[in-house]
Amino acid sequence: MSRAGPPVSIRRRLVVQLALVAALLSVAFFFSLRVVAEGATEATQDNILAASATSIADAVYTDAGVVRVEIPYSALSMLGTVSEDRVFYRVIVNGETLTGYDDLPVPEGRRSRNQPLFATYGYRDDTFRAVVVSRALSVANQPRRVQVVVAQTRLGLAAISSRITTTATAIGVAFFLTATALSTLAAQNALSPLSRLAEAVARRGPKDLRPVTAETPTELAPLVGGLNGFIARLSAALTRSEDLIVEAAHRVRTPLATVRTQAEVMHLQMEKPHNRQALRQMIRAVDESSRSAGQLLDHAMVTLRSDQLETEEIDPGDLLRDAISRLSPTADLKDIAITLDLPQEALRVQGDPILLQNAVRNILDNAIKYSPADTEITVRLVPGPPCRLQVCDQGRGFAAEDIARLPDRFSRGTNVDDVIGSGLGLTIVRDVAQAHGGALEIGANPEGGGACVSLVLPSY
Amino acid sequence: MRLACLALLLSVAASLALAFELEESRSYPGTGPGHLRILSTADVDVFEPIIHAFQARHAVSITYDVASSAQVMIALYDEGAEYDLAISSAMDLQTKLANDGLAQTYSSDATALLPPWAKWRDQIFAFTQEPAVLVLNAAAFEALAVPTNREGLIALLRDHPEAFDGRIGTYDVRVSGAGYLFATQDSRNTESFWRMTEVMGRLNTQLFCCSSDMIDAVASGRLLLAYNVLGSYARARLADTPGVLVVEMDDFVSVMLRTALIPQTAKAPEAAGLMIDFLANMRLRPELVAQTGLPPVVSASGEDKGVIRPIRLGPGLLVFLDRMRRDTFLRSWVSSIKQD
Repeated sequence: MSRAGPPVSIRRRLVVQLALVAALLSVAFFFSLRVVAEGATEATQDNILAASATSIADAVYTDAGVVRVEIPYSALSMLGTVSEDRVFYRVIVNGETLTGYDDLPVPEGRRSRNQPLFATYGYRDDTFRAVVVSRALSVANQPRRVQVVVAQTRLGLAAISSRITTTATAIGVAFFLTATALSTLAAQNALSPLSRLAEAVARRGPKDLRPVTAETPTELAPLVGGLNGFIARLSAALTRSEDLIVEAAHRVRTPLATVRTQAEVMHLQMEKPHNRQALRQMIRAVDESSRSAGQLLDHAMVTLRSDQLETEEIDPGDLLRDAISRLSPTADLKDIAITLDLPQEALRVQGDPILLQNAVRNILDNAIKYSPADTEITVRLVPGPPCRLQVCDQGRGFAAEDIARLPDRFSRGTNVDDVIGSGLGLTIVRDVAQAHGGALEIGANPEGGGACVSLVLPSY
Repeated sequence: MRLACLALLLSVAASLALAFELEESRSYPGTGPGHLRILSTADVDVFEPIIHAFQARHAVSITYDVASSAQVMIALYDEGAEYDLAISSAMDLQTKLANDGLAQTYSSDATALLPPWAKWRDQIFAFTQEPAVLVLNAAAFEALAVPTNREGLIALLRDHPEAFDGRIGTYDVRVSGAGYLFATQDSRNTESFWRMTEVMGRLNTQLFCCSSDMIDAVASGRLLLAYNVLGSYARARLADTPGVLVVEMDDFVSVMLRTALIPQTAKAPEAAGLMIDFLANMRLRPELVAQTGLPPVVSASGEDKGVIRPIRLGPGLLVFLDRMRRDTFLRSWVSSIKQD
């Protein structure tokens, strides 16, 4: 993926492309509005000019063989109604100026007969729009050609043009902003199934291996299908691993237990001391193997189950009671008394019972293992929140420099060479605590020598 | 073009020499630098209070030259005389100056506040609005019904030819710019204009150059009636001239705007601009309005409302300046008004 450069936002791409389209349309709209509106305005000015010139041409008459013109008031006043433009006119009969401004140029060019001819030219330091209208007149049976030129500056036109530009700009900008806002909304809307899907996948956390069932747009169906297939395979693989571990634990432990029982039976029957010694060493080795195998499997189990935590509501007091009842035979062997100290009110924690039992058993097992004979272990439930499942012994305690690294895998205390151990017990406890959002606390027993180990769990 | 215009103006006053003629010229030295030269059609007496009030605020020297509107046109249009401000009651000639590119553009806060009809192209600025009125001799009309419209006036003149014969006055539109403007607007506004001119012509109407002469003649009893007199002059004279009635017609009243423009030849356009601002704000100085008798431009009153017909600045005014149209109009008018 990194080859493709920085991450690309689909929404941004959508919005940018839609905004570009909107900008293009706005500009096109601006120009077409200007072209059309200015064309219309110019046509209007031309029409008024032509009307003015035509009404002057109509007012040309002959009086006793003399051509005269009486310019109608409206012919020029109509040009002053909408703007304050300068107006010039000229009436020509057979090339001779009859009245008006002698130097006013006559628009020239091709045109159909008797149609007004327009031109734009410079005159008297200004730009003028001019029209010439022709008319035939018969004077004493002689045909005469009357031309009327009317010219007007383009001040009004410029004012209208600037208004049109302002309006077109305003509309264009408004269109662009509206279109961009709408396209942002549209992009958001179009991508909302994607966001919902992403949110659903993100929210489920790394341990949820249920298939994705969030509403899926058609375009994303293959992706979600692929994802669900992947999840299913992963889930199946994990289940197989768990089965394998359970199976392995069973397969390793059961024969070892058989070997131990047989060894003990033989030990009772042996009479020669060195044989008994050898058998004791064998039993011890079997214990060690059994324990190590058990803890390795426990650890693997904890790691696995932590990834797919299946929580339920548990009374932590039950956990403690259960652990004590399981381990009291071992403690009895060493004449260790276990005291359980539970609070009045019932507590509740949310957790995986198998993992929590495992963790509590590991703590208590450690305490029994490192306690000298004929001592006392106090198991305490300290209500929280968070609540503490605390086990305090009167053993050798922890060396201060060990505390930080003890929970690491295969790490053991510097003062425990004489005791069988795998270095996994506290690692399991810590992993379980972390999987439940809690912590492992290790410290010295405040009531005399020994250690206190607490499993801290969020409770309610 | 020059020749054409010259021909036009020569037909107005054929006896005039090429150089324009001043009726009066007066200097008002100021305490500060700068010199504002005004060419105006308004009498010195009328304008003097404005000059003094203006100099009280701006310390420039002012030369105030008075000429007829036709002479103002000759000075600015044909001879390119150097003036900083041209003030004229002939709106049509002022419009032509601006249209033909002989006026400078000017704008300021004061001109921006002028109503749209009181300015054109930011080159012509109106500062008074003066209606054309009928002035009557009060004594003579004790026995006669006062006419309130032109039809009534025609009927009155027809019914009493012996009383009015030789005792009617109006502008000689061949010499008076304002008179020509009022007459042409009348011809545009009412069908009865030519009939009325015919009737007036049969009664040997006296022709005058100026409103004040007509008012004098009515006051003295030489005239019973003067038609199309500048209302501002007539009202100003009411106080010290007993026996004069001023009547605004109720069919329509032409309202002329007295306008100012800065010619292209101006040497002190800034000072001229200050004077235009001052004139545009005349309505804020009632004492000056009272002294001059010039009704200031008021926003609301310039709109076309029924009988009040303000003469509209714009290219329409160029129509009656067309040499052929003017020629035709004057010939018709002369043949109607002079029937002997």
